[in-house]
Amino acid sequence: MGGPGVTGVDVAPPDVPVPTGPVPTGPVSTGPVGAATAGWVRAGPVDAVGLEARAAALASRSLKRQSKLAVLELAVRCTDFTTLEGTDTPGRIVQLCAKARRPDPGDATIPPVAAVCVYPELVPTAVSEVAGSGVRVASVAGTFPAGLGPLSARLEEIRWVVAQGADEVDIVLNRSAFLAGRHGRAFDEIAESKAAAGRARLKVILETGELGSYDQVRRASALAMAAGADFIKTSTGKIPAAATLPVALCMAEAVREHHRATGAAVGLKVAGGIRTAKQAWQYLVVVAETLGPAWMTPERFRLGASSLLNDLLLQIRKERSGRYPSPDDVTND
Amino acid sequence: MTGLEPFHLDYAPAPESTDVVHLRASYGLFIDGRFAPARSGDVFTTLNPATEEPLASVAEAGDADVDAAVAAARRAFDGWAARPGRERSKLLYRVARQLQERAREFAVLETMDGGKPIKESRDVDVPLAAAHFFHYAGWADKLEYAFPGRTAAPLGVAAQVIPWNFPLLMAAWKIAPALATGNTVVLKPAETTPLTALLFAEVLAEADLPPGVVNIVTGGPAAGAALVAHPGVDKVAFTGSTEVGKQIQRSIAGTGKALSLELGGKAANIVFEDAALDQAVEGVVNGIYFNQGHVCCAGSRLLVQESIAALLLEKLKDRLSTLRVGDPLDKNTDLGAINSRAQLDKITELVAAGVDEGGELYQPPCELPARGYWFPPTILTGVTQSHRVAREEIFGPVLSVLTFRTADEAVAKANNTRYGLSAGVWTDKGSKILWMASRLKAGVVWANTYNRFDPASPFGGFKESGFGREGGIHGLASYVQLGAAGGG
Repeated sequence: MGGPGVTGVDVAPPDVPVPTGPVPTGPVSTGPVGAATAGWVRAGPVDAVGLEARAAALASRSLKRQSKLAVLELAVRCTDFTTLEGTDTPGRIVQLCAKARRPDPGDATIPPVAAVCVYPELVPTAVSEVAGSGVRVASVAGTFPAGLGPLSARLEEIRWVVAQGADEVDIVLNRSAFLAGRHGRAFDEIAESKAAAGRARLKVILETGELGSYDQVRRASALAMAAGADFIKTSTGKIPAAATLPVALCMAEAVREHHRATGAAVGLKVAGGIRTAKQAWQYLVVVAETLGPAWMTPERFRLGASSLLNDLLLQIRKERSGRYPSPDDVTND
Repeated sequence: MTGLEPFHLDYAPAPESTDVVHLRASYGLFIDGRFAPARSGDVFTTLNPATEEPLASVAEAGDADVDAAVAAARRAFDGWAARPGRERSKLLYRVARQLQERAREFAVLETMDGGKPIKESRDVDVPLAAAHFFHYAGWADKLEYAFPGRTAAPLGVAAQVIPWNFPLLMAAWKIAPALATGNTVVLKPAETTPLTALLFAEVLAEADLPPGVVNIVTGGPAAGAALVAHPGVDKVAFTGSTEVGKQIQRSIAGTGKALSLELGGKAANIVFEDAALDQAVEGVVNGIYFNQGHVCCAGSRLLVQESIAALLLEKLKDRLSTLRVGDPLDKNTDLGAINSRAQLDKITELVAAGVDEGGELYQPPCELPARGYWFPPTILTGVTQSHRVAREEIFGPVLSVLTFRTADEAVAKANNTRYGLSAGVWTDKGSKILWMASRLKAGVVWANTYNRFDPASPFGGFKESGFGREGGIHGLASYVQLGAAGGG
């Protein structure tokens, strides 16, 4: 199959999969929204047994003191400190932002997190709370978490949060379209969302727990990146099947392939179910050995989490002091 | 805000402690349930190939020692063969459990004596050795079901000569089926890696295996030759080079000794354009760099479909840059030390020949330790079927890369070798796997994986890779004389 243009699959029958052939070499047309500049890249297949074996091998890497400490501090800097509850209030966001700016009140050497991640209504509060701190504000948008509201409403929500000052927007892939084989539709929506986000960074959540196979994860990753995603992200955190190490590896391989084929460096965000420092550094090992040192930065890697941050702080204390701290040594907001 | 400065993840040394290993200054021969020095008093030194430091002095068996070992095995044979299968089974289970109990000790010693990464001795060699004993312990009392309608009598005294690449595991592959079927054993470990076999002798003694059922004689090629030639031996099992295998076959011709040989290989690892490429890259890496390529079934010839050759090679080279070469005891090490100076010289010579013949050499930048025997992970591209590096077994971390256009061509190239031990096929298409597997002349064909071993699965070669099978029900057949079931 030839290399379709950015929206080339739009004209294909609905059951045509994302091409798995080599990278098209010809010039790639820009779609109607003019946002995406990349073509499709080879999107699989993925061998599940081999992928999981490699992830398990990486998980068994042994990290010792100084290197572990450096990785734990990097994990703090890469954290999208998140609250996505219907009960979130301005007061809750004020506390969240205070902790984001200075995660450990007793230790000024601990760096701030990368961003706070909140619902749209709480964006103005978050923006004023983190102003000047270097912490960014990320907002979910696009009728998160299902993403099945009217497209016009989804785009309007994106424009609104950016207008309120959000630096980053986390949207979901249209799994309804993707799983129905309407890849062109899913693609165009991301491209339009990218245009709507304007200067803000667009993170596209694949909700990998709903995609059913690594082949699909790899395809969805390639699709989202070609459509203009600045980051691809595993999960919403709203379903039980959250990020896993093999899924992260699968997406990291897709990011690597996209970079090899187009030169564009797309970021990776893992989210959902990441609660321990050990999980965090296992993800960082996967990133380091798959994407290399250039991805070991909050500009290209994020950990979406809430309770993780305290475990990182406890483990940093432990590595520095050589003894296990009390859970009360860290703040619980 | 943070810029894009790269962050280099440095694992920092994570050495496995050697406290668990209690090395003795000298090791004797294990004959008739006791350790004793060689009658001549001769010894040799075994080194740690990663440091070139001596580990211990080991008895060098002479003809008289071999004679004593075979005699002990002969004396033990009748009693052992007459034991009910369930009794042999019980002892084999005990040995298997002891291997698990002392797994760390065995893994660390294996790595010290042989140079392989601790993660491999810990996760592959020792667990698989135990698994082989568990597997054959299960067969010991079920032989009548293994060979329905036939009687399965033991052969007698088995002379077993094993290589240095998987010292403990090869001992397990040899000893477990021999004992399960009622044979007694004289085992000769490789000269450069005798220590885990001698530690294993302790396990056998602790398990109350009767004296003489397993005897272990250490030494060089002369000891091996004496053992194989000994008239008191009924069965010879050898794993090692094709050259030595041929000598053995010549030397025992006409003696009536049973023989099984597991020899060299030059396996094709075949990657089709529709394969899961990122996993294929892992499989290619595992296929050739596992155990520094000291693997008879190593995927040493990469056959890659021309349409994806450039992409696959790029990915492969990227992956090589993340391989960690160095201290085998470090838990993060991917490639350990070359087993011996002699093997390092052989690898160096063959790679030089490959370059002379027009192969293009690629080695990732990597810092090798100052002492010890090391060879970086190596790729030779532009190799053709006529090059030495495509025909001869290198037994090192050296991958020769060839291309093909069609599945027919892949099969023709894969089979165009003196060897036939193993092959790998990488494709997302099930029917292509089956089509290839039925045409490849190799004892093992792996599909979308490589170097996977299981005690239930038979292993062995075609052509000059040998004959006889080890593992599974087939592995029993190498140690029994089948007869017609008489009288039930």
